[in-house]
Amino acid sequence: MTPATTTETDVPTGLEPGGTDQPPDEPAGPVVGTRRERREDPALLTGEARFTDDLQIPGALHLAVVRSPFAHARITRVDVSPALAMPGVVAAFTGEDLQGEWAAPMPCAWPVTEDMKSPPHLPLAVGKTCYAGDGVAVVLAESNEAARDAIDAVDVEYEPLPAVTDLAAAISDEVVIHEDLGTNTSYRWELHLDDDAVERAFADAAHVVRERYIQQRLLPMAMEPRACAAVPQPFGGDITLYSATQIPHILKIMTAVTLGFPEHQLRVVAPSVGGGFGSKLNVYAEELLVTALARKLHQPIRWVEERTENALGTIHGRGQIQDIELAADADGRVTAVRVDLTADMGAYLQLVTPGIPLLGAFLYCGVYDVPAFSFGCTGVFTTMTPTDAYRGAGRPEATYAIERAMDALADEVGVDPAEIRRRNYIGADRFPYTAVTGLVYDSGNYEAAAAKALDLAGYDDLRAEQQRRRAEGGPKHLGIGISSYFEMCGLAPSRVLASLNYSAGGWEAATVRMLPTGKVQVVTGATPHGQGHETSWSMIVADKLGVPPDDVDVLHSDTALSPLGMDTYGSRSLVVGGVAIDMACDRVVDKARRIAAHQLEAAAEDLEFRGGEFSVRGSPDRSVPLAAIAFAAFTAHDLPDGEEPNLEAHVTYDPPNFSWPFGTHVCVVEVDEETGGVEVRKYVAVDDCGNQINPLIVEGQVHGGIVQGLAQALFEGVVYDADGNLVTSNLTDYLVPSAPDVPSLTLDHTVTPSPTNALGVKGIGEAGTIGSTPAVMNAIVDALRPLGVDEVLMPASPLNVWNAIQRAQSRPDPERTTTSATAGDTNADAGGAS
Amino acid sequence: MRITMTVNGRERSSEVEPRTLLVHHIREGLGLTGTNVGCDTSSCGACTVLMDGESVKSCTVLAVQADGADVTTIEGLARDGEMHPMQQAFQRNHGLQCGFCTPGMVMAAVSLLEEVPHPTDREVRLGLEGNLCRCTGYQNIVAAVLDAAGSTQEAGA
Repeated sequence: MTPATTTETDVPTGLEPGGTDQPPDEPAGPVVGTRRERREDPALLTGEARFTDDLQIPGALHLAVVRSPFAHARITRVDVSPALAMPGVVAAFTGEDLQGEWAAPMPCAWPVTEDMKSPPHLPLAVGKTCYAGDGVAVVLAESNEAARDAIDAVDVEYEPLPAVTDLAAAISDEVVIHEDLGTNTSYRWELHLDDDAVERAFADAAHVVRERYIQQRLLPMAMEPRACAAVPQPFGGDITLYSATQIPHILKIMTAVTLGFPEHQLRVVAPSVGGGFGSKLNVYAEELLVTALARKLHQPIRWVEERTENALGTIHGRGQIQDIELAADADGRVTAVRVDLTADMGAYLQLVTPGIPLLGAFLYCGVYDVPAFSFGCTGVFTTMTPTDAYRGAGRPEATYAIERAMDALADEVGVDPAEIRRRNYIGADRFPYTAVTGLVYDSGNYEAAAAKALDLAGYDDLRAEQQRRRAEGGPKHLGIGISSYFEMCGLAPSRVLASLNYSAGGWEAATVRMLPTGKVQVVTGATPHGQGHETSWSMIVADKLGVPPDDVDVLHSDTALSPLGMDTYGSRSLVVGGVAIDMACDRVVDKARRIAAHQLEAAAEDLEFRGGEFSVRGSPDRSVPLAAIAFAAFTAHDLPDGEEPNLEAHVTYDPPNFSWPFGTHVCVVEVDEETGGVEVRKYVAVDDCGNQINPLIVEGQVHGGIVQGLAQALFEGVVYDADGNLVTSNLTDYLVPSAPDVPSLTLDHTVTPSPTNALGVKGIGEAGTIGSTPAVMNAIVDALRPLGVDEVLMPASPLNVWNAIQRAQSRPDPERTTTSATAGDTNADAGGAS
Repeated sequence: MRITMTVNGRERSSEVEPRTLLVHHIREGLGLTGTNVGCDTSSCGACTVLMDGESVKSCTVLAVQADGADVTTIEGLARDGEMHPMQQAFQRNHGLQCGFCTPGMVMAAVSLLEEVPHPTDREVRLGLEGNLCRCTGYQNIVAAVLDAAGSTQEAGA
């Protein structure tokens, strides 16, 4: 691009656009929709990127946390003096010492009911510890090693109390964890739409299935452990908090509130962040401790998490017992869904702990046309690490339950799992579809995605092979699992969040600014930690403004650069933040159009904007490029009357609806009945996230998501022993899959744009995780149905599979009673996965 | 204790505690923070570097054991402002997302192709078994390594 037409009032300043080294003939065609390599990659590939623990902070003291080895205990004495005598140790504090630092307890932003019980939760426990890993004291030293050495010298006396690691035991209140609350039940949340309709449907049903599924606890295990550092300004009283967080904006507000610190004097920066998956969507004790201690001691304080601490002290995911009932007519058409959950909160309520099951509440009818629905959830405290958002957050759990139950229904009715789904899908002609919950699904064609997935998998041939092999017999069983999912993305319309009692809005902010040289600066409130926002956002802007994507800078993750934002989680960044950028571009063009009209002496409505250039309709020789307008707006020498200088626009966008991506996954497994071993032979996913900005990034999100969901099905599960000790506290005991453990995936997609935003996008960050777990488990159960197996506990380890086979074969009557495991069974089989 | 090693082609001499792990020496002593620490059980491989040409998890090596060794970290792979073919292949194939495991993954992959220049999909997966990634599901990492093997083949032809 060259500056071409400029106005005669221009004075040469050396700032004219066009004199830069941009490639002269970068094609002007659209870049949205192309597989563009990520601009983030070179820094990450060469070691130039700076994660929080990479920051050099002169004079910083290193913080280490003394953690309770007991799940539940009274703290009768804490003596830090032996630690103070250790070399390099500068200070040490108990929970009591720091009580005066907190203006409020640690935040829970989602009081889901008016009477929800939430125990006061301080960054360091006082008087009592409620899970193994709960912090009781801190040591500050000149090096990390010195601090870590010294925590062993802190003398803490505990009086152990009984652990509560089983949800049924928790509900019984035999041992009340937070005595002041009087109960372990935090809340009961119910969704009653038309209870009579639900009752009638079950009374009239030709088929009923009643299933219990166990969502084992999971560890998010982002590869970068958490880290944070608070750096006080020497004189002004300001503090900068660096943190490996997904939510610098929310963290800033919550830190200010919890510490009673003026928000305008706090800046939060998320440097490169090494994955989150929800585990960095929180306000953690260590973030508050480093900030409070930096304020108290006027010194920089830093902390980095060890992996074992990550397992103990970073939130866990899932942790639910799900009871789901389906009523169906004689043909297997679902007439009602009734769901009741018991959700494991852990010892305290973290930022959005109690709301996680509610994020799934509206998805238990799945992609099916269900006329009656009821839902209830009981949140209970246990003496385990708090749970909170983990990739999908409530939605994988919901999808798992309905998709497993649909297979159970297919078995009950005696039709193929693909057929039972076909009979129940919401038809493509029904969109926008108002669900029984009142939510409106924007667009969809569930049957088309399913048909494509079944075709790619070679479904009919697989069923034929299965039939043949079953007739032949043999120890290896072929299983085919289907999962048709959808999800609720784009969190969220603020009014809907209000109706759910959430304490904040769901908007996102964006600024698009043309710089004097024709380059573009975008400020986003989204906070990437692996999603490639810089690349995707630059592609959106490039097409909108007709500039090369490399000319678009994207600023983010620093509250001083990007003061407004609601951050990144819930597959919201593109659907809310990306759309905000798209809208800001429109406003930039609107203003530029007025200036161009003034320069070209034409009416604004007679101008067309294409390829970065305004031209007068019908007189293409009368044109001016956007870059020249940007420069004119900068000099402000000749603007229309009343027009402000500079070319920028700020948008805060509150989405009118959620977006509803969907798809169908098919998993094919071989299960060895003699060893319980499961091998994934084929995995096909057809996803529909609406329009794709960068298919390369979309596929990466789907790959990673599927493997995380498949890992829940096959490998991962938190194990606590009866005393509340976390057994799976590191990467040797907690089985995050490595490359040879997982299959190559076959991906395809359909495109059903969302009609609720101009980009037609829906979100893809969690789809893989949501779709995959039930596909894998349905395949395993499908393989073993001839042996009488109707349930296998997750993770479907060889032991759990083998146990399921033994249980089925020792059962006198294999008639489908549809009660699967109780929580107690789970503890025996899956090692206390609650 | 005083140790001397060649790091990314440059001789570096330092005083270290006997218990200091190579990874901590690289990060804190030498200021090369591209090498990451992702666990405390030698499970994740984020700290993989090349020591005398072979990949090692630098959390399993004491700094003093590397006395006299030739060490290459992720910062030493690019030449003259050009990324190494393996780095380029990772970018081309979207073999990274958050990028935290990436330095270790790339070093392990470079070492793998030294040993097995033309691996199969399965050989790549087995060869990278000691390196965990939570973002990519490994598919594009495998694709990147196979792609790099192809370009190595072309370069050698």
